[in-house]
Amino acid sequence: MHGFFETDILSDMQKPFYVKVLLVATLLLGINAFAQEKDHSSSEEKGSLKTEIKEFIGHHLLDSHDFTLFTLDEENNEHVGFPLPVILWDNGLKVFSSSKFHHGESVAEVDGNYYALYHGKIVKTDSEGTINYDEDHHATNVKPLDFSITKNVVFIFLVSALMLFLFARMAKSYKTSALPKGIGRLLEPIVLYIRDDIAIPNIGKKHYKKYMSYLLTVFFFIWIINLLGLTPLGVNVTNNIAVTFALAILTYLITTFTANKNYWKHIFWMPDVPVFMKIVLAPIELLGTFIKPFSLMIRLYANITAGHVVLMSILGMMFIFKNWIGSPLSFGLAFALSLLELLVAALQAYIFTMLSALYFGSAVEEHHDH
Amino acid sequence: MEKLIEQFSFGLFFWQLLLFIAVLLLLRKFAWKPILDAVEDRESGIKDALAAAENAKKEMQNVTADSERLLQEARVEREAMIKEAREMKEKIVTDAKDLAQAEADKMIKQAQLAIESEKKAAVADIKNEVATLSLEIAEKVIKEQFSDKAKQMKLVEDMIGDIKLN
Repeated sequence: MHGFFETDILSDMQKPFYVKVLLVATLLLGINAFAQEKDHSSSEEKGSLKTEIKEFIGHHLLDSHDFTLFTLDEENNEHVGFPLPVILWDNGLKVFSSSKFHHGESVAEVDGNYYALYHGKIVKTDSEGTINYDEDHHATNVKPLDFSITKNVVFIFLVSALMLFLFARMAKSYKTSALPKGIGRLLEPIVLYIRDDIAIPNIGKKHYKKYMSYLLTVFFFIWIINLLGLTPLGVNVTNNIAVTFALAILTYLITTFTANKNYWKHIFWMPDVPVFMKIVLAPIELLGTFIKPFSLMIRLYANITAGHVVLMSILGMMFIFKNWIGSPLSFGLAFALSLLELLVAALQAYIFTMLSALYFGSAVEEHHDH
Repeated sequence: MEKLIEQFSFGLFFWQLLLFIAVLLLLRKFAWKPILDAVEDRESGIKDALAAAENAKKEMQNVTADSERLLQEARVEREAMIKEAREMKEKIVTDAKDLAQAEADKMIKQAQLAIESEKKAAVADIKNEVATLSLEIAEKVIKEQFSDKAKQMKLVEDMIGDIKLN
């Protein structure tokens, strides 16, 4: 995947937006006008088109420092969208607008330091924007700590605000009547489902209450943000390993800090097995406590990423086949897959919540005879 | 894996963690707690109401059974009272009859006794009269006899015959 990323990256950065506009247009119009336009393309162009689609998918999966809805004219660098604040920690806090990068085309100069976008990441560079590579073709430029409000951060903000708004409103509606009003009618069964079918069976009636806030928040957060990933806005928050890592580490920390004596006993000194087995099992069990949240992280990340890659590859096929059967076929496939992705969005939220509840349940399980 | 590590964005991780925890805490205070409490209140309310309804139903059944029992008792009592009254009536009638009979018997007996004594008195009177009469007759006869011996004899004989007839 690295090869095509690193060739002329700065000038190629914009191509995905170009392709994206056409993708959307083709989807909306349902005709293959674009394909006919490029009818004269040779096999060589076909190769570059494939690369372009691959790059676009790769880029789509990445976070970005500006909020670009679509590109009007790639040559003149005209985009519809808005820049986002870049916050760097590089010997002091540096805050500036991402418009300084001009969509990755130029080097941003702040307080005598020069920064450039490289693979969607900010690297420190000189006034020319030189990127140095080591023998493995990795950039060796210094990467400052980047706390920028990226597109994904914006969406995390938005989803957080949306959730606060929805659920605070729902909570308020209970003050006037015993039954929820408005959106609460839709949300209450889901809340009750999480309580009655996820929390109570896995954690137990005695302890489930203290975990409910986390389970509910994580379920709705993942679900809503997964659904947003399916919109044409093209935000994919949960396919960032950093996001799923943050969620998984919370599950791990809550499990670890609420665990009772029984839980630790089962890890370090497994009861009812010979002493030799106890010694063998301890490191395995200890490793298991890390593997559990790790699997949570990878599962969510991989499912959402895979869904997006497959969906976009199918859309990309439209441009490769370029005949009357290709577009409807890929449209139909993409449509069916989108429906599947809707299910996956909810399913992954459910699985994450369910497994978190299971781990919490094991942490507070009371001692009983085996 | 290498790509994953390379892709890892610390900034995104930081924001995700920060925002998620903030949302979690805010939601816990302003949403989850009130919502779950309200739902729990409602559920326990429903449970209580159902139990109360069940109780009321049972009570209702008890009340119905009670009134049924009371009615039954009243009916039995009424029947008993009617029966008693009838018995009493019969007894009174019988008693009255007996009393009247006894009174009548007594009166008849008294009458009989009176009649008997009257009869005795009358017989005594008649005996006296007869004796007187007999003496007078005997006087007369004796006077006659002393005038006519044969006749006297015959008269005595006749008179004795008469007496025998009496």
